[in-house]
Amino acid sequence: MITCLGDLLFPEVGVAMVKLLRRLGVTLDFPEGQTCCGMPLFNSGYHHDAALVAARTVRLFERSEHVIVPSGSCAWMVKTEYPGLLEDDPALRAPAEALARKTYELSQFLVDVLGVTTVDSPFKGRVTYHDSCHLLRGLGESQNPRKLLRAVKGCELVELPGSDECCGFGGSFSVRLPEVSTAVLDKKLGNVESTGADCLVACDAGCLMQMGGGLSRRGSRVRALHLAQVLEPEAGA
Amino acid sequence: MSDAPLKTPFPQRAHAALGDAHLQEALTIATTKFIGLRKESFAGFPAGEALRDRARAIKEATLQKLDAHLERLADNVERLGGHVHWAATGDEARDIILRLCRDKGVRMAVKSKSMATEEIELNEALEAAGVKPVETDLGEYIIQLAHEKPSHIIAPAIHKTKGQVADLFSKELGGRFEADPEVLTAVARKELRQKFLEADMGITGANFAVAETGTIVLVTNEGNGRMVTSLPRIHVAVMGMEKVIPTMTDLMVFLSILARSATGQKLSSYTTLVRGPRQPGEVEGPEELHLILMDNGRTRQIAGTLREALYCLRCGACLNVCPVYRQIGGHAYGYTYPGPIGILLTAMLKGTHAVKDLAHASSLCGACKDVCPVRIDIPRMLVELREHVDRERIAPLGERMVFGLARRAMASPGLFRLGARLGRLAQRPFVRNGRLTSLPLFFGQWTRTRDLPPVAARTFSERWKDLDRP
Repeated sequence: MITCLGDLLFPEVGVAMVKLLRRLGVTLDFPEGQTCCGMPLFNSGYHHDAALVAARTVRLFERSEHVIVPSGSCAWMVKTEYPGLLEDDPALRAPAEALARKTYELSQFLVDVLGVTTVDSPFKGRVTYHDSCHLLRGLGESQNPRKLLRAVKGCELVELPGSDECCGFGGSFSVRLPEVSTAVLDKKLGNVESTGADCLVACDAGCLMQMGGGLSRRGSRVRALHLAQVLEPEAGA
Repeated sequence: MSDAPLKTPFPQRAHAALGDAHLQEALTIATTKFIGLRKESFAGFPAGEALRDRARAIKEATLQKLDAHLERLADNVERLGGHVHWAATGDEARDIILRLCRDKGVRMAVKSKSMATEEIELNEALEAAGVKPVETDLGEYIIQLAHEKPSHIIAPAIHKTKGQVADLFSKELGGRFEADPEVLTAVARKELRQKFLEADMGITGANFAVAETGTIVLVTNEGNGRMVTSLPRIHVAVMGMEKVIPTMTDLMVFLSILARSATGQKLSSYTTLVRGPRQPGEVEGPEELHLILMDNGRTRQIAGTLREALYCLRCGACLNVCPVYRQIGGHAYGYTYPGPIGILLTAMLKGTHAVKDLAHASSLCGACKDVCPVRIDIPRMLVELREHVDRERIAPLGERMVFGLARRAMASPGLFRLGARLGRLAQRPFVRNGRLTSLPLFFGQWTRTRDLPPVAARTFSERWKDLDRP
């Protein structure tokens, strides 16, 4: 599953994920007609509209065995909110629950389903890892991305002070209250720069848009990368 | 109580807070300290997680039969010689206290820290009635001197640096005091001693009230609560109805997690258990005890969307970890209860309209839910509040149009693709070095401080066709 920001702004992340998964022997399919997981609508209170988007997405993936998303918040949306949004629809209730069960954020799929322990990647550099809120607190995942980064030979992982604190994105929050959002971001980026890392890695398109946008505006030498781009750095940029 | 909308819109209040260097310094120091203390405390307390679950279960079960527990509490307080007053609204609660002051000739009241009395703006009402209220909690004392409101549930003067407090004391109390917490505390202690002895009435809130024994429980760190409840001849406790708990065993569960969540202490320095007024043969305690059971919008939420907010212990942990609170502090929220839980409590007390902006003052990061001792799902309720804002059509028209368009694009892959193509065309004049650095209209809210990647020359969907032919 490639959701809106991944499709429009960060296609290279999806490409890296495809190449990585194929290298690991996974047969991939990309059901046509994907748009967005509906989280922006849901979080802003437009629940009826979010349910329509959820219904479409549930139908699209009915025949897939596993659904892999390179974004923790979208995975969280599908796994924790879809069943509730569609619980009153007798035709979609069971498929929504099935989709919730078979959907995985990328790092969780790699470690928990495929059992990946070593990663053959030419990546070289010092990286630090940001725990995205929905992956960390929503899906309870903090270790798998770190395990995978440590599994890359040329990758040195340094812990980010306050790695579990929000980057200030928060979807529409970032444009409703841009000043507060930026103040939270500045604190995060100060911590990032204090680590001396070359790359800031995260597993969420929203956080990467926020932190990458902030780093670029500062003229920082630190690059914001998705985990997949470290595990599969050759994939088309 | 004034229910008029606040004059300055929320984004401007937040803007002012972000530009206040003293506030920023004070907030960073205090919230960082609280976060560390809490974390350390629970790390050394393996039973903590199970106790949190149990505390939550007790709250859930108590609300199921709230009326029965309240009646039992009232019976037991009266059996001990106390008086119980039922207040449906904040106005009623205030009137009860004012009437007591009038009937009993009260001229000065000492107060222990209480958010319930802040909620009903009691100090202003007392002053208007000619009764002098004196706050005796150090933080409350500071803000009373400064003519301000609390900006944190347990640390009301969190927004002030010690330098500011020294200046305030020097100006208000006469003298020149150095910015040393010990010196300043000693000054306040000296000022307050006499007040405890002079006051006719002691006013407190209640952290808990135990139904089976009629015990009012106060959790404090300064010992002032003990003096407020024992020295004046009348003690009045104002309590939100949701604070009742069934048994003393339940109390132990809550006490084991409350101070840990608030300040990282195993227990607060003082836990005061008040059972009735002075009994025959006792040498201390007030002659009269009045317990005010206040509803003020609470019970209608037992079956409402804000139900879980009624579990709140007022520990303040969610404020300390909230990225928004940590940046803007409590005053910018504009109401009695700040922070993530404060938005929910404001909605409970003042209605959805009051929080149509505040409901969005959260990145929904979930840190609040993580630290809440009773695991209140604050982010979920904030999203539900946003849904109410939508349903009641009080969201701005422009916003509804933007989301209306987004909904259509998300529901139709054709429109989504068209949107990508239009985006690519529209962004052309704005791309600099492969980035969007300055966009017009609504997008400018983003690009004022952050760059944005342009819509890719080929989206993932477009590239999949090549990827699919290995």
